[in-house]
Amino acid sequence: MDKTWNNKAWFLVLPVLVLVAFTAVIPLMTVVNYSVQDTFGNNVFTWAGTEWFEELLSSSRFWEAMVRNLIFSFIILAIEVPLGIFIALNMPKKGWGVPVCLVLMSLPLLIPWNVVGTIWQVFGRNDIGLLGYYLNAIGIDYNYVQDPFDAWVTIIVMDVWHWTSLVVLLCYAGLVSIPDAFYQAAKIDGASRWAVFRYIQLPKMQRVLLIAVLLRFMDSFMIYTEPFVVTGGGPGNSTTFLSIDLVKTALGQFDLGPAAAMSLVYFLIILLLSWVFYTVMTNYDAER
Amino acid sequence: MARIDVNHVRHSYLPYPRTDADFALREVHHIFEDGGAYALLGPSGCGKTTLLNIISGLLHPSHGQLLFNGRDVTTLSTQERNIAQVFQFPVIYDTMTVYDNLAFPLRNRGVPEADVDRKVRETLEMIDLTSWAKKKARGLTADQKQKISLGRGLVRSDVNAILFDEPLTVIDPHMKWVLRSQLKQLHRRFGYTMVYVTHDQTEALTFADQVVVMYDGGIVQIGTPAELFERPRHTFVGYFIGSPGMNVMPVAIEGKTAMLGSQRIELPGSPKAGSGAVELGIRPEYVRLGRDGMAVSISKVEDVGRHKVVRAKLEGRDIAAVIGEDETVPAEPKVRFDPAGINIYADSWRVEMGA
Repeated sequence: MDKTWNNKAWFLVLPVLVLVAFTAVIPLMTVVNYSVQDTFGNNVFTWAGTEWFEELLSSSRFWEAMVRNLIFSFIILAIEVPLGIFIALNMPKKGWGVPVCLVLMSLPLLIPWNVVGTIWQVFGRNDIGLLGYYLNAIGIDYNYVQDPFDAWVTIIVMDVWHWTSLVVLLCYAGLVSIPDAFYQAAKIDGASRWAVFRYIQLPKMQRVLLIAVLLRFMDSFMIYTEPFVVTGGGPGNSTTFLSIDLVKTALGQFDLGPAAAMSLVYFLIILLLSWVFYTVMTNYDAER
Repeated sequence: MARIDVNHVRHSYLPYPRTDADFALREVHHIFEDGGAYALLGPSGCGKTTLLNIISGLLHPSHGQLLFNGRDVTTLSTQERNIAQVFQFPVIYDTMTVYDNLAFPLRNRGVPEADVDRKVRETLEMIDLTSWAKKKARGLTADQKQKISLGRGLVRSDVNAILFDEPLTVIDPHMKWVLRSQLKQLHRRFGYTMVYVTHDQTEALTFADQVVVMYDGGIVQIGTPAELFERPRHTFVGYFIGSPGMNVMPVAIEGKTAMLGSQRIELPGSPKAGSGAVELGIRPEYVRLGRDGMAVSISKVEDVGRHKVVRAKLEGRDIAAVIGEDETVPAEPKVRFDPAGINIYADSWRVEMGA
C-alpha cells in the first residue's frame, strides 16, 4: 500500500513530546544521574559507578520489602477479585436498586488515599477508635500499633474496603453487557447455576477482570499513602513496602544515591510487569 | 415431537392489568399440530415473541393454559418442557469448541458420554459442521454460530418443538437462503414441530406450511401462504403481506355493486356487509391497467425488475397496480378491477359475498 509520508505530523506531536520530556524524561535522567554518584551534600558529587545497585541488590532490607510487597499484592488480589465478582453477581440488574448500589459502590473510590488512611488509623485505635475499642471490649486483643499481624490485617481490610468496589464496578459492567438470550438459552440447555457462571458470565468478564487484576496489582505494588498514614511502616519494619522504604531512604536519610538506584530498580520491575500483563492481554485478544 | 395446544392464553407484563391495552397478548387460542412448520408473522410489538416465550416457558402466561400432547405444562419450567429455541442473536458458549457446545445440553442432563458422542456426531452431520468440531466456537461466522444454536436443540432427539425467534436477522442475505432451505430439509427429514417468529413475510411464506399472522396482541389470520394472499381476513393482513400491499378504499355497497366516489365497481356477489365502515380491498396484482375502466392519473412507475409497480390516483386515492415488465402505460390510463381479486371488508374484517 502506498503511504504518504508527511513529516509535518511531527510538528503536531511536538508539544506533547516537550511536555513529556520535562515531566518524565528529564526527572528520570536526574535519577539515573544520582544513582551512579555519591554526595555528602554541598552539591559535591563523586562517581560511584554501580556501587549503589550492588549494595541494593545484596541488601536484605530491599528484598524483605519486596517480598512483603508481593505478599501484600497477592493477598489483596486473592480477596478483592473473588469478592468483587461475588458482589457484582449479586447486584440487581434493573430497578431502583441499581443506582443505589452503584453509588454505594463508588463511595470508597471517591475518598482520597490519605483520608482513607486517616479514617482507618482512627477507626482502629483501641482508645478512641470504634473498631479497635469494641474489638478489645469483646476480648479480642487487637492493637495495630504493636502487633505486626494486627497491622497487616488492618492494612489489608482497609485496602479491600477501599478498592473492591473497583473490581465490582468493572465486573458489573461486564455482566450487564450479556444479552438476556444467553441466560434464556442456558435455561433451555438445562445449565446449572455454576455452568452459567463458568461458561457465560466468566468468559464475558474475562477482559474486564484482566484489567481489574492489572490495575489492582499495579496500585497495590505501588502502595504508599495508606500504610504510611496508618502504621508508618511499623511496627518495626513489618509494613514497610518498597515505596515506603524508598521515601525513608531518600527523604529520611537523604541518601540520594541509594534511593535513586532503588527508584530505578522499582521502575524496571513495574515496567517488566506491565509488559507481561500487556503481552498476556494482547495475546488473549489475538486468540479471539 | 408434540402437538401444542394454546388454550385461551393471555399475557400482560404488568402486575395488575386492567384494560385490554395492558395485555401484550390479548387472547390466543390455537393448536400447533405435531410436526407442523408454523410461522408467526407480524410487525414489531404484536406479541409474537411473547407467544413464543410462553410456549418455551421463559414466560408464564397471566391467563390460560398450555398443553403438550394433551399434558398440561403451563407451570412447568423451560427444562421440564424440553423444547429448543434459537434466538435472534446467535448464542454460543465462546470458550468451548463446537463439539462441546453441542454436547453441553446433553452433559447438563447427565447423558452418558458414549451417547453424547454419538448424538453430537449425528448433529454435526445434520448441520454440516463436522469439519469444525474441534474449533473454538467464537471464531465462526454468524451463520455457523446460528447453526450451532440450532444444533444444541437438535442434539436432544426428544425435543417437543423447535422455536425460532427471528433467527436470520443477523445473517448475510445470501446465507439466509441457504439456511432457510436447510431448515426446510431438516423439517422434512425429521418432522420436528417448528414455530418460527419473523416480521419478514418472505421468510414466513417460504418456511411455513401455516402462517399465523399476528397484529396488536392477537391472531388475525391463520392460513397457507396462498390463502393469506388471496383472501386476507383482515385489512391488516392485506397491507402486511404482499409487496406492495393490498389497495384498500372506502366504498358504499348497493347490491352487487360497490360505489367508489362516482365510480361503480361490479362485484362477484352481494356482500353481507352489516353496519360500520365498508371497504374494498384489491391486490395490485388484480388491478388491470388499460384503455377502458375508471380513469386514473399516474404519479410514478417503479421498475422492480420482474415487473413494474404503477402508483396512481383513483378518485383522489392512492392506488398501486402491478403490470408486466414489457407492458407500457397507455396515454389515457384507466383501470379495471379483476372480480376474482376483490374482497369486501366491514370494520376491517372480511365479509363473505352471497350470490
